Amino acid sequence: MTFLNFFISGISLGSIYAIIALGYTMVYGISKMLNFAHGDVIMVGAYICFYAVVRYGLNPFLAVAVAMVLCSVLGIIVEGLAYKPLRQAPSLAVLITAIGMSYFLQNTALLLWSSNPKVFPSVVGRGAFHMFNGNLSVSHITALTIIVCLVIMVALSLFVSKTKMGKAMRACSEDKGAAQLMGINVNATISMTFAIGSGLAAIAGALLCSAYPTLMPTTGSLPGIKAFTAAVFGGIGSIPGAFLGGLMLGVIEIFAKAYISSQLSDAVVFGVLIVVLLVKPAGLLGKMTQEKV
Amino acid sequence: MRSKTKYVPVPSKSILPERDAGRAPVLECIKLGITLGGIKAVEDFNLTVGRTEIVGLIGPNGAGKTTVFNLLTKVYQPTTGTILLNGQDTHGMDTRQVNKAGIARTFQNIRLFRNLSVIDNVKTAMNNEMNYNMVSAILRLPNYRREEVAAHRRALKLLSIFDMQSMADAPAGSLPYGAQRRLEIVRALATNPSLLLLDEPAAGMNPSETADLMDNIRKVHEMFQIAIILIEHDMSLVMNICEGICVLNFGHIIAKGTPDEIQNNPAVIEAYLGRKKEA
Amino acid sequence: MTMRRLINLKRAEARRIYLTYAIVIAAYIICQVMSSTKFLSSSMRGMLVPICAYMVMAVSLNLVVGILGELSLGHAGFMSVGAFSGVATAILLQGFIPFAPVRLAIAMIVAAVFAAFAGFVIGIPVLRLKGDYLAIVTLAFGEIIKSILNNFYLGVDSQGLHFSMLSDTTRLLPGGKLIIRGPMGISGIQKIATFPAGFILLMIALMIVFNLVNSRSGRAFMAIRDDRIAAESIGLDITKYKMMAFVMSAALAGSAGALFAMNYSTIVANKFDFNTSILILVFVVLGGQGNMLGGIIAAAVLTILPEKLRSFSEYRMLLYAIVLIVMMLATNNAEIKEFLSRLNPFRHKEEA
Repeated sequence: MTFLNFFISGISLGSIYAIIALGYTMVYGISKMLNFAHGDVIMVGAYICFYAVVRYGLNPFLAVAVAMVLCSVLGIIVEGLAYKPLRQAPSLAVLITAIGMSYFLQNTALLLWSSNPKVFPSVVGRGAFHMFNGNLSVSHITALTIIVCLVIMVALSLFVSKTKMGKAMRACSEDKGAAQLMGINVNATISMTFAIGSGLAAIAGALLCSAYPTLMPTTGSLPGIKAFTAAVFGGIGSIPGAFLGGLMLGVIEIFAKAYISSQLSDAVVFGVLIVVLLVKPAGLLGKMTQEKV
Repeated sequence: MRSKTKYVPVPSKSILPERDAGRAPVLECIKLGITLGGIKAVEDFNLTVGRTEIVGLIGPNGAGKTTVFNLLTKVYQPTTGTILLNGQDTHGMDTRQVNKAGIARTFQNIRLFRNLSVIDNVKTAMNNEMNYNMVSAILRLPNYRREEVAAHRRALKLLSIFDMQSMADAPAGSLPYGAQRRLEIVRALATNPSLLLLDEPAAGMNPSETADLMDNIRKVHEMFQIAIILIEHDMSLVMNICEGICVLNFGHIIAKGTPDEIQNNPAVIEAYLGRKKEA
Repeated sequence: MTMRRLINLKRAEARRIYLTYAIVIAAYIICQVMSSTKFLSSSMRGMLVPICAYMVMAVSLNLVVGILGELSLGHAGFMSVGAFSGVATAILLQGFIPFAPVRLAIAMIVAAVFAAFAGFVIGIPVLRLKGDYLAIVTLAFGEIIKSILNNFYLGVDSQGLHFSMLSDTTRLLPGGKLIIRGPMGISGIQKIATFPAGFILLMIALMIVFNLVNSRSGRAFMAIRDDRIAAESIGLDITKYKMMAFVMSAALAGSAGALFAMNYSTIVANKFDFNTSILILVFVVLGGQGNMLGGIIAAAVLTILPEKLRSFSEYRMLLYAIVLIVMMLATNNAEIKEFLSRLNPFRHKEEA
C-alpha cells in the first residue's frame, strides 16, 4: 500500500508540474522561447489567492478565478512589454530578458509581500479520503489536483484542435509569416497564448501551495525549473508531451525521495531527463526536425 | 502526374570522356536509393563519373537532384545501393569522412561561415591538412607559425583563382551574392577534393555573371584536374560545359548522355514541358 | 613583422586583443596602487579576488557561448567542482608545501583537471544534443553536481583519503580530519587567494582563449557556430571540436572556482547554483557574445554595482532586473536602437 500511496502522491505532484509545463510548452511552441518567468507567475498567482482568501475572505474557488484573471493580464503585460519587442532578436537575448523578468517578479513580490513565508490555506481544507480500511489515504487536495489536471488537459486539447483561436495558435507555431498572410492576427494569438499559460500557472500556484503550504517570493522558481524540465522531457512544444512529462517527473521525484534518498531526488530527476534526451533527443513525444540542406 | 510517367530503367551507358579511358572512375553509384517520409525520393540511381569529367545533373524542381548530393555527401544515409568513391565503398561513412575521402560540395542556399573572414573560411577548410595541436596554438610554438603561414599562403593562392584575394579580410557574410557563391567553391576546393559537387552555382546570377562563372568552372577544372558534378537550371551553362548529362525526374534517371543526345531526347522534353494532353 | 601580416590576426582584431590585455594590465596596476595607498575601501579590496574569478568565468563561458555558439546554463557546476577539488588539494598540501602561492597554483591546476574531467564526462552526452535541449541538459548537470557535492563527505587520516555519500561514514582514525562535510561544505579554509594570483589567472585565461580562437581549433569552433552542416561538409569533426571547447572552458572555470573559494573561510555547494550560472551568462551576453573585454567589464560592473547599491538594498535586485531587461531591449530591438541613435548628437549623418 505504501507503494500505491507514493504513486498517488507522485501523480498529484506530477499533475501540478504538468499544469505548469503546459504553460511552458504552449509559449515555447508559439514563440520558441524559454519563458523563465513562468515559474514566478505561479508565485504571483498563489499570493493573489492567499490575499483574496485571507484578507478579503473570498471563497477559495472564487479566489482562484480572480488569480487566473489577474495572472492572465500579467502574462499579457509581460509579453507585450518585454518579449514582443524582441521577436526578431537572437534567442539568447530573449532568454536573458525572461530571466530578468523572473528576477523582476521575484523582487517585486519581495517588496510587496516581504520574504516572510506565508502559511497558505488549502483551497479544500486538510481532509482526506480513506480507503482499504485506512491503509490508503488520499487527501482532498491530492484528489482535486489530479482531477483539475485531467480537466485542463482535456479542455486544452479540445481548445487547440477545435476552436478557431486554437487553430490559429497551431498555425502560428508552425509558421508565423504564413499565418499572418492567412489573415491570422499573430500578435493577438501570441498574447492569448501567454494569457492561457499564465492563467494555468495561477491554478498551479493555488494547487501547489495547498499541497505544500509555504508561500515565499521564491516559491515558484524550483517548481518552474522542474516543470520546464518536464516540458522538455515530454518533448517541448507538445501538449500531450507536457502532460506526460509532468506526470512522469512527479512520480520519479516522489519515488526517488522514498526509495533512493530525499537529498538526491533532484539529481535523480535530472539524471533521468538526461538519459531520456540521449535516447530520444527531442523528448518523449517531441518530433525531430531535420534541417533542410 | 507521377502515375503517368512510366519508369523505364535507363541502361547504364558510360559517358566517360576519352581522356579518362583506362583510368578508374572517381565515382560509381550503383542502384542508389533513399526513402524519405515514405516517399522514394531517389531510386535506382546509377552513375559513373570519370576522373576528370564534368557531369550535369538536371531535372525539374523536386526531381531529387539535391537529394542525390545529400546521399553522396552522407547528409542522408542511402537506404539502398552502393557509392564507390575512388573505388572505395563509402558505406558507413559520415559527411566528414566522405569529405576526407575526396568529395567537397557547395550548397543550394549558400552556407558560408558568415562571421568569419573570407580567408578564414578557406583556412577552416584546410583544417585537416594542419597538424599542430592545441598546445602549439596556445603557446604559439614554431610549428603553429609555420603551418599557419603555409595555410595562409595557399588560401590566398586559391582565392586568387577567383580574383578574391583583395576581399580576404572581409567578413564572408558581407560579400555580394556572387562573391559568396565563388567563396563557397574556393572553400570546397581547399579540402583537396577529387570530386566537386556544385549545387546550382549560377542561381540568382545575371547572364554576364553566369558567363564569368562558366569560365571559372572551366579554369578550376583545368587547374585541378578533378571531376565535377553540377546541378543547374541554366541550360546554356549546362550544355556548354558539361560533357555528360544525367536527367532526373521523380527520383529516377530518365536519360543519360552527351548534351546533344539529351537536347533531342523525347523523355527529357516531356519532363520539362509536360506531355501534350490526349484528346 | 611580416609574420603578423601573414598570420590570421587581422589588424582590427589584433588591436582589440592587445587593447584587452592592456586594459586588464592597467586596471590591475591601478587597483594595486589604490589598494596599497589605502584609496580602496576594505570592502572593495575584499572584492578584488571574486571579481577576478568572475572575469575568468566570463572568459571561459564566452568560449562556449560566444565562440562555439552553444548555450550552457550550468557553468557554475564546473566552478564548484574546481572550488571543492582545489580547496581540498590546498588543505591536503598544507603540511607539505608551506609556501602559499605554490600551494594555490597547484590547487588551481588540480581544480582545472577535475573540472576538465567533469566537462568531458558531461560533454559525452551533452554534445550530441542541440540548442535548447543542450541548454536544459547543462542546467540539469549543474543541478546534479550541486546535489552530489551537497551530499559528499571527504576525510583524510593516516590511512589516506576516505569518502562517502549522503552521510558521513568515512570512519576516520583518531587524528583524521573531515575536509568536505556534505551540505556544510568546507570550512576553515586558509584564505590564500590573492589579487595578483587572480590577475595572473585572468591573463592566462585570456591568452588561452585568444590564441585558441586564432588557430585552427578556434576557426573550427566558429565555423561550427556559423553553420554546422557546412562545417561537416569540409571535414570538421564536430564532436571533437565541441568537446575541446567545452573541456577547455570547464578547466578555466575550475581554476576560477578554486581561486574564488580560497578567498573565503567557508564554501558550500549551494553557492554555485543555477543563479550563479545565470549571472555568468549575463556577463557574457551583456558584454557581447564572443567579446572577451566586454564580458570582463560586465563581470566587474555587475559585481561592484550591487555592492554600491547596498544603501538602498531593498531595491537593488529589482533595479538589477530592470537594468537587465532594459539593456536587452535597448541592444536588440531595432526601433529602440533607432530611437537611441537619434538621441545621440554625434551620430553619423548617413541619410542625405
